[in-house]
Amino acid sequence: MKAAIRPQSSMSRRSGSLIPDKFRLFLFASPFLVLILLFSYFPLYGWLYSFYNYRPGFPLSETPFVGLQWFKAIFSNPTQTQEVMRVMRNTLAMSTLGILTSVFPVIFAIMLTEIRTTWYKKTVQVLTTLPNFISWVLVYSIAFMMFSVDSGVVNKWMIALGFQEMGVNYLAQDDHTWLAMTLWGLWKGLGWGAIMYIAAISSIDQEQYDAAKVDGAGRFRMIWHITVPGLMPTYFVLLLLSIANFINNGMEQFFVFQNAINKDHIEVLDLYVYNTGMLGFNFSFATAISMLKSIISIVLLFFANQLSKIVRGESII
Amino acid sequence: MHTQRRLGDWLFHICNYGFFTLFTLLCLFPFYYLFINTISSNDLSARGLVTLYPKMIHFDNYIQVLQLKGLAQAALVSGGRTIIGTLLTVAASAFLGYLFTKRKMWARSFWYRFVIITMYFNAGIIPWYIIMMKLNMTNNFWAYILPAVVSPFYVILVKTFVESIPDVLEESAEMDGAGYFVIFSKIIMPLITPIAATIAIFSAVSQWNSFIDTVFLMTNSKLFTLQFVLYKYLNESTSLAAIIRNSQGAVGNIDLTNKQTATSIRTTVSMIVILPILFVYPFFQRYFVKGIMIGAVKG
Repeated sequence: MKAAIRPQSSMSRRSGSLIPDKFRLFLFASPFLVLILLFSYFPLYGWLYSFYNYRPGFPLSETPFVGLQWFKAIFSNPTQTQEVMRVMRNTLAMSTLGILTSVFPVIFAIMLTEIRTTWYKKTVQVLTTLPNFISWVLVYSIAFMMFSVDSGVVNKWMIALGFQEMGVNYLAQDDHTWLAMTLWGLWKGLGWGAIMYIAAISSIDQEQYDAAKVDGAGRFRMIWHITVPGLMPTYFVLLLLSIANFINNGMEQFFVFQNAINKDHIEVLDLYVYNTGMLGFNFSFATAISMLKSIISIVLLFFANQLSKIVRGESII
Repeated sequence: MHTQRRLGDWLFHICNYGFFTLFTLLCLFPFYYLFINTISSNDLSARGLVTLYPKMIHFDNYIQVLQLKGLAQAALVSGGRTIIGTLLTVAASAFLGYLFTKRKMWARSFWYRFVIITMYFNAGIIPWYIIMMKLNMTNNFWAYILPAVVSPFYVILVKTFVESIPDVLEESAEMDGAGYFVIFSKIIMPLITPIAATIAIFSAVSQWNSFIDTVFLMTNSKLFTLQFVLYKYLNESTSLAAIIRNSQGAVGNIDLTNKQTATSIRTTVSMIVILPILFVYPFFQRYFVKGIMIGAVKG
């Protein structure tokens, strides 16, 4: 549009090139767009494998086309249905716990801004965001170190304090897997998650607090009537994003923490897909599940987006 | 009324300070615990007798572990992907983010969405793996770098930031005959340093921490990363420990000296993997806090 008003800028004056500016800009961007195409869009082609009876080592042209067989298998084969339901249950349970605990960073942020000692506040902020920056492998390593039977400090202390008679292998038990995974997630992400809310709190108009103080509002009233409403938009955006990601809880955490004993409750969709596809060599079935999962998550994303448009008049994508 | 409120305040503060002290300790203690175990007597540490302070300090673990064969190679791979990956990601995301601020670009909003939507949507891990295989990205070092070059989130960060810079600056340079590359490198880049630093630290941390891509794509041990090697040690350590216990010192063909225990190897490798982050972290903390806030405004 601008180019029409200023004709000379639609031709490149500088290099004397005949390519109009608008295509030149596109040309500059194109190598990066190709990378996106290759690594993010081209994998969609892999969906084809779910319609074949693929075995690793054979090209797709030599493998039998089976249509929707794998998708039907999810619902018609009772053992498979049961497996998928179990995995779905884990996925939804862990996501739900994740959403329920998403208020903790908000509370964390509110409480931290109530602290007036600056150095203390800074120290807390620096140290509590640290776990966010280590990998899940390291988290597991730490867990291994602290909770193991022979050498773990937790067992030593629990015995010393009389809570238990003998060492318990905390990492190899299935009683509280969902809870344990949620707690590890909190340990890793709480301080980091609060940063965004701390930012949001600092942008709340200070005059509101002054006015409230004049009206005789106490600490809790100010939090409830000013800070909380001020945080709602940010919280809401993040909540919507977590709805969009409801069945995407990733696999790294569960991959490193999985073992033969907790498998029943730790296998989420991605991990299940990995275990059946990469380890069980059931490529086509794993692809089918993978594909369904992607479709469900895009539907959830549009749903969340629509919800956001209705409630806030603003879209998230 | 007044004294009641003061009492409430007092209680509130005690709870508040108490909670944060506790949680901060909870975040810090595991790192400290890991560290004191690496420098304490391996025997004591394996029996779980090192809990609050190091006992019989020595540095053999580090000396021994750094001599383990695969480890130097893994450090090289991890370091290499972190440095190359970070440089490319910062340059590419910054440049692309800058280009997307140019309204003149052909079909700009379409291409912008084309990039952004990949943040929310992917084909799924198995289709992705199949294509990575087709693209010859298995057992290939570039598999660590190329997929991460353009990151939608970083592109958003840069675009938002560049849009807040007054147009006049660019226009005057344009008058002087500067092209897009010159404007980008001479004017935009210096102005977006805070955001570039943020992207650099994020990207470096995620490259350093990446682990699943090795699991999927690499079978050649020359391309294993530190994280993956650590994972392997963790997984094998139970059996390693059993072997050591059963054979009473005759360790067989496992590459450990008698002194090293499964615990000492695990903790030391963990410590080596954590150290770079611990060193870099305090210096960059305020950068990425600032950076994430810029991103937060947009949601």
